[in-house]
Amino acid sequence: MSTPMSTPSSEPVLRESAAAAATAGPAPGSPLLEIRDLSVVYRTSSGDVKAVERVNLSLNAGEVVGLCGESGSGKSTLAYGACRLLRPPALITAGSVRYNGRRGTGPADILQMRPDQLHKLRWHDIAIVFQSAMNALNPVLRVRDQLLDAIRAHHRLPRDEAAEKAASLLDLVGIPRSRLRSYPHELSGGMRQRVMIAMALAADPEIVIMDEPTTALDVVVQRDILGQIAELKQALGFAILFITHDLSLLLELADRIAVMYAGQLLEVGTSEEIKREPSHPYTRGLLTSFPSLRGPRRELAGIPGSPPDLRNPPSGCPFMPRCGYARSACAEVDMELAPVVGSADPWHVTACPFVGPETRPETRPETRPETEAQPQTRPETGPEGARP
Amino acid sequence: MTVTSVAADRGPLAMEAKGLGKDFRLGRGATLHAVRDVSFGLYRGAVVALVGESGSGKSTVARLLAGQEQPTAGMITLDGQPVNIATRRTFRRYKSEVQLVFQDPFASLNPVHTVSYHLERPVRLHQGSVPNVKDSVIALLEQVRLTPAAQFLPKYPHELSGGQRQRVSFARALAAEPTVLLADEPVSMLDVSIRLEMLNLLDDLRKRLALALLYITHDIASARYFADEVLVMYAGQVVERGPAEDVTQNPAHPYPQLLIASAPDPDNLGSVLKSGNRALRAGGTASGPALVGCPFSTRCPLADDKCRAENPALHQLTAVRAAACWRLSEAAPALAGGAAVNPHHPRG
Repeated sequence: MSTPMSTPSSEPVLRESAAAAATAGPAPGSPLLEIRDLSVVYRTSSGDVKAVERVNLSLNAGEVVGLCGESGSGKSTLAYGACRLLRPPALITAGSVRYNGRRGTGPADILQMRPDQLHKLRWHDIAIVFQSAMNALNPVLRVRDQLLDAIRAHHRLPRDEAAEKAASLLDLVGIPRSRLRSYPHELSGGMRQRVMIAMALAADPEIVIMDEPTTALDVVVQRDILGQIAELKQALGFAILFITHDLSLLLELADRIAVMYAGQLLEVGTSEEIKREPSHPYTRGLLTSFPSLRGPRRELAGIPGSPPDLRNPPSGCPFMPRCGYARSACAEVDMELAPVVGSADPWHVTACPFVGPETRPETRPETRPETEAQPQTRPETGPEGARP
Repeated sequence: MTVTSVAADRGPLAMEAKGLGKDFRLGRGATLHAVRDVSFGLYRGAVVALVGESGSGKSTVARLLAGQEQPTAGMITLDGQPVNIATRRTFRRYKSEVQLVFQDPFASLNPVHTVSYHLERPVRLHQGSVPNVKDSVIALLEQVRLTPAAQFLPKYPHELSGGQRQRVSFARALAAEPTVLLADEPVSMLDVSIRLEMLNLLDDLRKRLALALLYITHDIASARYFADEVLVMYAGQVVERGPAEDVTQNPAHPYPQLLIASAPDPDNLGSVLKSGNRALRAGGTASGPALVGCPFSTRCPLADDKCRAENPALHQLTAVRAAACWRLSEAAPALAGGAAVNPHHPRG
């Protein structure tokens, strides 16, 4: 069953992208951004919410890493924490974020930087496209003034050169220059999101963090913007940390995917391996959770239950209460990421030491119903709140 | 229009929209045609999906059916009778048959009231002389699988997860013991891992209570799995309708074709990174719908002068399918030629 876009026989695609992954994969030497053992808590009156717990993640030059997780899983907190953008009650309790930039700042630990160093790092080296373009743009300023703000804050440019730069940024994302005079409400959602992307590229960063950049958009516009992002990436060569809850999107877009759950990384691997041989039971569950549009109708299993309360996380694996493969030893798992045996990707790691490619569920999820029904509260973790 | 709905196989007709239209006056003589000439039926025990992008008028259709807006054209019938909601009493009676579930469970529940408050009120209003309201409320919570129900009664919305909140919304709608349930994007605010369970719950309720379900969504993939019939809306009009599998696997109209080609495709690893989707981008970047002629003509690769001048009506393709397009012979040659519909036959 084929639509014009799809390639149902995945053989040639797999080989081609495997070759691409070999070149785009983890480069020898040090990665561009290296998050080591990062932990972030939210201090609340009822105790610390462990929003990010001992996370290790690296981003190589020119790479697209997808960070995938449900709302409240800590994916935004991780990214903002790595850029020092969190405010109290969020508190970074441990870890380091090494930035090995090839120009300007770096190599240095972002968590140890002075404010003036941070000022230089942000936008020049690391830029962020925030989640909701609706709220991130100032409704009472014209697009031009907002672009100029960003440009002036980071470049010393004469007025006319700055104006030319603003116009060329809009060219970059395919918005007519006449739109410089528009207010945000006069633009469509897709255009606003593109203005946000243009703004992030104002100082030609090495890393662009994209926090759900297409979540509020229609699928046609979403694809359009993703195509635009891919083109810009190829032209300008920045690396992308792409945060989303939509795993199906990442499979198509990312070189590598990190799956996050309850503040911890459960699995990291290339898109090909995550799709072909998902190792962690949560990833497997996610892959059978979304209906497919192409190909034969698949059996959908889903994941019963809901994520744990991070104020009082279960010991061991946080996914255990919802896991079809759960066993008593899961409560003692230390959640270290270990290489997946037999994976084609040598950097494919998982936090589950028990589930291999051949493992079958010990208890079917169907026999453990009503997990969600146990009343439990979910704290509003992270800047994104509890919304997807 | 003599297209029969595949949903009719499931059960008797519960509700029907005939030539439904809604115009909003924008001032200065301008008018927004939010809904234009929309006709379909909802059948007991069947799911009809209304698919479209934001602004396509799908939520307005739900509000018209729920009696929250007055249509400016066409009519709605419930069990064969024209809908009369002129007085408070008839409106309440109508509400006990037709219930609406909203998209955002964070906004549709009152944060200062408990779960039991949210459910007791509709039970008292619609179930009249129930001897024990609390028992009915507990039965409702069990119906939406919030168990043990007694534990949930004193909870406030902020103490519940998104999925649990949406279950309370379902329970509140079911409190009226409706025959028709209008679900406006019931899962799009929920996490991916919760969505499926929620759709399964809705499907289960549909079967057990023989509900006539209208499922409004922008996610055409979920409509494929969940609905019997799919209606694709664009700029207030139905541009294609037919059995869910046929429309999603073999769309006839260029807009659903674009919609389906744009959906994320996990089997297409790394496709976006190859910049081979220029053709699609041309369709995506263009401006909004045309005001004259076919509304999709501004984005359609096949549009010609006729498309830009005249708005096509739904054209019957098979007994159960129809599409509104002047260029169907190019857009879907196999269907326009009257060939048998075979959902498993690859296109082109």
